[in-house]
Amino acid sequence: MANNNGEIRYLTPPTVDVKKKKYCRFKKSGIKYIDYKDPEFLKKFLNEQGKILPRRLTGTSLKFQRRVAQAVKRARHLALLPYVTDMMK
Amino acid sequence: MLNHYETVFILTPVLSDVQMKEAVEKFKAVLTENGATITNEENWGLRKLAYPIQKKSTGFYTLLQFDADPSVIAKLEIQFRRDERVLRFLNFRLDKYAYEYAEKRKGIKSKAEVKED
Repeated sequence: MANNNGEIRYLTPPTVDVKKKKYCRFKKSGIKYIDYKDPEFLKKFLNEQGKILPRRLTGTSLKFQRRVAQAVKRARHLALLPYVTDMMK
Repeated sequence: MLNHYETVFILTPVLSDVQMKEAVEKFKAVLTENGATITNEENWGLRKLAYPIQKKSTGFYTLLQFDADPSVIAKLEIQFRRDERVLRFLNFRLDKYAYEYAEKRKGIKSKAEVKED
């Protein structure tokens, strides 16, 4: 009974969305420094609860993900960004 | 060895305008006394805080960019910690990319101010 051959057969093959190549927006646009002082830009990297989005969703490289995290934590310290919220971005 | 620094601090909104100016002047004086040269100063005015600090939900933000020796920073922090008008402060050493960004931003800022006047 290795595999039960009663799998569900679809009429049309389920379309797995083709994985679009993620790119690091910092490397592409050549941004070298992430400023902790403008919360609007940093909000792009936070989800609704104000948590930092993981790299697998944003696709940023490790080097810039660390800088984004550091900038977000500094902005939170200065109350430019909330630590936790249910804000609608 | 001179480093570039920038510091952002939040003053309690309870102060009157005069006291606020005087507080900012006090910190600038502390810097200039210790041989720091202030390159840029911005105040973002009264802003809503993302979360209440010491039961206050708004604060008066001020940004100071300066070049100083590392020893000055310790003195500056003592002044910040001792002064109860300051809700929160953050000192930050600008590396070369940050410094370029700050210079560029200063250009934009002054243009914006010119537009406002």
